[in-house]
Amino acid sequence: MEAHSVELRDIVKRHGTTLAVDHLSLQVKRGEFFSILGPSGSGKTSTLRLLAGFEEPDQGEILIEGRAMRGVPPNHRPVNLVFQSYALFPHLTVAGNVGFGLEMRGVRRAAIAPAVRSALDMVRLASKEDRLPSQLSGGEQQRVALARALVNRPAVVLLDEPLGALDQQLRQEMQLELKTIQEQIGLTFICVTHHQEEALTMSDRVAVMNHGRLLQIGTPREVYESPSSEFVAAFIGVSNRLSGRIEAVTGTLGTVRAQDLPAIQARVPAGVREGAEVTVSLRPERLHLSSDLNLNGFDNTVPARIHKTIYNGNETQYLLRLTESLVWRARVPNLGGDHKQFQAGEAVFVRWQAGEGVILSE
Amino acid sequence: MPALLWMGIFFFLPLLLVLVISFAARGTYGGIEWTFSLANYLNMADPLYLRIYARSVALAAATTLVCLVLGFPLAYYIASAPPRWQAVWLMLIIIPFWTNFLVRTYAWMFILRSEGLLHTLLSSLGLFTGPIEILYSDAAVLMGLVYGYLPFMVLPLYAAIERLDRSVVEAAWDLYATGWAVFWRVVLPLTKPGVIAGCLLVFIPSVGAFITPDLLGGARSMMVGNLIQHEYLVVRDWPFGSAVSFVLMTVVLLGVAGYVKVGGVRGWRGGRL
Repeated sequence: MEAHSVELRDIVKRHGTTLAVDHLSLQVKRGEFFSILGPSGSGKTSTLRLLAGFEEPDQGEILIEGRAMRGVPPNHRPVNLVFQSYALFPHLTVAGNVGFGLEMRGVRRAAIAPAVRSALDMVRLASKEDRLPSQLSGGEQQRVALARALVNRPAVVLLDEPLGALDQQLRQEMQLELKTIQEQIGLTFICVTHHQEEALTMSDRVAVMNHGRLLQIGTPREVYESPSSEFVAAFIGVSNRLSGRIEAVTGTLGTVRAQDLPAIQARVPAGVREGAEVTVSLRPERLHLSSDLNLNGFDNTVPARIHKTIYNGNETQYLLRLTESLVWRARVPNLGGDHKQFQAGEAVFVRWQAGEGVILSE
Repeated sequence: MPALLWMGIFFFLPLLLVLVISFAARGTYGGIEWTFSLANYLNMADPLYLRIYARSVALAAATTLVCLVLGFPLAYYIASAPPRWQAVWLMLIIIPFWTNFLVRTYAWMFILRSEGLLHTLLSSLGLFTGPIEILYSDAAVLMGLVYGYLPFMVLPLYAAIERLDRSVVEAAWDLYATGWAVFWRVVLPLTKPGVIAGCLLVFIPSVGAFITPDLLGGARSMMVGNLIQHEYLVVRDWPFGSAVSFVLMTVVLLGVAGYVKVGGVRGWRGGRL
């Protein structure tokens, strides 16, 4: 049996003169929750439509469960799409919507009802079988759309910005629920989103796309901790940047010298040599702030001045001015007690371990 | 109040007049004799008139069906075109209205008559050389009616299809539906208000049409519209013409009411036609 549920081989898709998907190759394992993350226009939605069969690639090959998909229309593909707008049938009840796929495949009526019921149980909507979509809340409609895909047990469930239309709180609940359901039924999920938190929370692996190209692919941890480019570092979470020149390389660590700042140490990816102009990326939550000059245990220390203090409840965000032109962000959890909060104008020392900084080569 | 007054003067008053006249009798020289009788209504039971009624309803029903079958793909195509092209196509549909209907019907006579355009075209292409006997038949009337009322079908259908959420159509396709199943199970139910509106707009004027059957159907294929025109203008029997008109209106109204009830205009859209 094929190990890959989905395989894209060198896919190219043009829309008029723009290259929507630019030589994209990737593999999705069976039972994996795979997310394609990117801003609008990155080609992620085009990729999803190519998988669903609404469009055909200009070049390249799509394999689903080892079967080549060229020329196979959507109704003959073993995939089901959860639309961004849900696209529920407004004239059919919840049960009618969920049972539609089974009915179209010629499943016996007697077998449809229990399948629909168990799919609705899974999304906790069993009591709303007879409602019309217009009588449901946004979150409920989203669940119906999900159940309508899951009930068919497709080889791959495609999700287009599945939580995009929900409010923040519901979105976070649904992230966990979606992941739980996916693990429960063990189907392959491919989710397209521009929401980095969503992708990191739910996915086993994430592919980051921009301008139709695949920039990086890896586990959420790999993509977050070791972004391969400035775009990925900036798109996934907030990151502080420092531009400088590599003075020395020892093993996996390099010394970077930036203007008006003490030299700092950071991880060096393979192939970056002394003298190279690089950017160092640092996550705001990895910075340690202290007004104490003599504090050991950190590899890097840089003086800064608090520019702004933003209290967020669970954490405090600081805007730090390192030099005239360089402002960083730091996030410090509010631990309670007599936890010290710095005020604007205060001088502090910013410290971090060498391993927290990632050197991005251009 | 002004609306009521307006309706009263321009709608109910003439209707009332027709109703009153329908119970009167024809004067010797074509005038109206103000006596009360049911004779006009009883005369209509004559098989000759019943046949005319039946032919009218059948031709109008056929016209509606043909318009629906031709109009739906056309409306779907227009509604799916890029917005700029939609405007062009709609314009092309409406342009014929700028020419007098009578003139356009004469044009059909030129096309259909035995040595007409159709005959010339077919025989010059070598496709068909025999005589063409279409003009002055029910087929010619049907063609003329379909030609005349097709826009009344296409425009409401276009409006309904244009409103249709395309992702719903894609969803059906994604959920294993074939092209036919997508149409019957999703597209048609969701555009039903447009279908109902289009059918009414084609059927009602077709039933009472008189120019088309007069010019294209000849004497053999009289419709109710011709009968009414004939009674009013040729025989000058206004009371009988009025009675025929009134029965026609009642039949159409009852038919429409039944159709709307069965078609369920008060569907999921909450009664929007």
